[in-house]
Amino acid sequence: MRKKGEGVMKFAQILATVMFMVVVFVSPVLAAKDTVKIGALLAVTGPASFLGAPEARSLEMLVEGINKKGGLKGKQIELIIKDTGASTEKAVSFAKQLIEEEKVLAIIGPSTSGETMGIKKIAEEGKTILLSCAAAEAIVNPVGKYVFKTPQKDSDAVIKILEQIKKMKLSKIGILSSNSGFGNAGKGQIEKLAAERGITIVSNEVYDKAASDLTGEVTKVKASGAETIINWSIEPAQAIVIKNARQIGFTGPIFQSHGFGNIKYVEAAGAAAEGVMFPAGRLLVVDTLPKNHPQKTVLANYKKDYETKFKPDAASTFGGHAFDAMLILQKGIEKANSLDKEAVRTAIEGLQGIVGTAGIFNFSATDHNGLTIDAFEMLTVKNGKFVALDQPEAKKAAPKKK
Amino acid sequence: MELLLQYIVAGITYGTIYAIVAIGFNIIYNTTGIINFAQGEFVMLGGMTAFTLKEYMPLPVAIICAVVITMIIGALIEIVFIRWLHKPSVLRMIIITIGLSILIRETALHIWGEGVTALPYFTGTSVTSVNLGGVFISPQVFWAVGISSIVVILLGIFFNFTLLGKQMRACSANREAARLCGISTQNMVTFSFMLSAAIGALGGCIVSPITYISYDSGSQLAIKGFTVAILGGLGNSTAAVAAAMILGILESFSIWALPAAYKDVVSIAIMLIILFVKPSGLFGNAAAARLKEY
Repeated sequence: MRKKGEGVMKFAQILATVMFMVVVFVSPVLAAKDTVKIGALLAVTGPASFLGAPEARSLEMLVEGINKKGGLKGKQIELIIKDTGASTEKAVSFAKQLIEEEKVLAIIGPSTSGETMGIKKIAEEGKTILLSCAAAEAIVNPVGKYVFKTPQKDSDAVIKILEQIKKMKLSKIGILSSNSGFGNAGKGQIEKLAAERGITIVSNEVYDKAASDLTGEVTKVKASGAETIINWSIEPAQAIVIKNARQIGFTGPIFQSHGFGNIKYVEAAGAAAEGVMFPAGRLLVVDTLPKNHPQKTVLANYKKDYETKFKPDAASTFGGHAFDAMLILQKGIEKANSLDKEAVRTAIEGLQGIVGTAGIFNFSATDHNGLTIDAFEMLTVKNGKFVALDQPEAKKAAPKKK
Repeated sequence: MELLLQYIVAGITYGTIYAIVAIGFNIIYNTTGIINFAQGEFVMLGGMTAFTLKEYMPLPVAIICAVVITMIIGALIEIVFIRWLHKPSVLRMIIITIGLSILIRETALHIWGEGVTALPYFTGTSVTSVNLGGVFISPQVFWAVGISSIVVILLGIFFNFTLLGKQMRACSANREAARLCGISTQNMVTFSFMLSAAIGALGGCIVSPITYISYDSGSQLAIKGFTVAILGGLGNSTAAVAAAMILGILESFSIWALPAAYKDVVSIAIMLIILFVKPSGLFGNAAAARLKEY
């Protein structure tokens, strides 16, 4: 500590360098004239990057396609993607920036329920269309005038799982959920809906979303006499849960939320993922869908485009949510034949029969999600692949897990 | 009773993960007196590199290569960012290492993307477990405990009985005096970075099947590793292992007694209490700590 001043200078230099790097890494926004600005708040990095990264890629892909075809109403789309890192604080400040400074027509995202709930009010006050890619039912219930969402409702996912549990004649469940907005919302839905169906919750544990091992938690659930485990999280921890549960000898069926719909989790969990059941959109089983299924073309095209462009990344339902959001916005603009926020908003509210990756959307003034429980299919993991639970024979020829 | 043992096993699993990171903290602290906040990133780099390499070579070779590569990265980091600093203050070193950890993390994101990766279990699969009288233990836990014990023993021998180890300790005790005795202190610091990078990388490979590794795993692991290093008394690797086991088992029992959500509250509360009551750590020596130069 000889020269204090020198140290401070060096310190300032280093700080400046670090800050410069941070600025460089945040994707630069190119300004263009006479464009229609669309903002996106996505968790491209951080604990929910499983959602945000494929969402951002899908959006870029779709926007590129629309721009090549001449854009929206003759104007090129300027897509402004902000990486929230799944932090609500960042989502809030970016949302304000997009609405007040960039004056975007609409915001796609955020990726997570917690972030969406954090900016719902901001979108309402800023009179900017928000097309959330997050699951929680609370996003559209109560309905916010400007707030829509494209993924299926978490309450429908819970109902789908509970119906399956009843069908399997089980009655004692253990709930595990992460301490994130998604985990919390799902846990609340299960607590609310289980009792109506005569299902008892014998254990209900919350774990840290960054947890690295959950042996203790699953031991507690197993000791409580649970016949089946429902885990509700979007983080890698959901793959750790099933692995630890099997290791300590839990043999009952394990259910996951629709957040499990990413083949990387299955790869990471290996043999432990076998037999795990979860509700999800049909994207993951598009190959086994009958040819005449209304969603077949949309799903097959999205999957093909995404997987050719972003090889070796596999298409996930999450990227599909952002795809749907952009699709709905596009249809809304076409229907309104205007780029006026108010006109587009009204047009979206009246959209019917839009075939997206998550399901078939029928919006109304009271339904800003537009999907029914039928948008979900119960899936399971067989030989390291996703298959529909009701037609496990269809994919018998599936290659063995490598 | 079985349940009790099952919780202890869970605690040991947590503890081993923390211990591996804490040992890395201690090595650099021992030679340089600084805390390397990029230590968690070494763990991440090891796990991720091994995952990529295992496509091209058998797993043990991939792990060895990953350790060597991370070691080289550790050396490069020291040579590029640390070596030219003349008598850096503690605060400055903290900022530099935090900056480095961000840099490594972002680079890893660009190289590997945001996905989680896991090495295969060294023995068996993700569902294999050994049943010891009703207690189920994953074989990977044995690997983790075994390898970290060997690492601790080897480190003990290295620091106490080899010339290089003694030189490194001399650097930590008094850098000026060490230099007057003809020890190249700068090389010792480089070497300590290499050593802790190697141990971090090896740790990353061992825990990867248990915890999964993604580009951002480093900082989470570093927090727990740091807690444990402080708890045991900075600079003492054996104490760090003991502290890691204590913390792991306490966390595990906290799940049993309290809602699981309070697990981290327990560990952070313990760290705060230790910092207030016995800042030198559970096994640390206050007088020895005071002798360190800052």
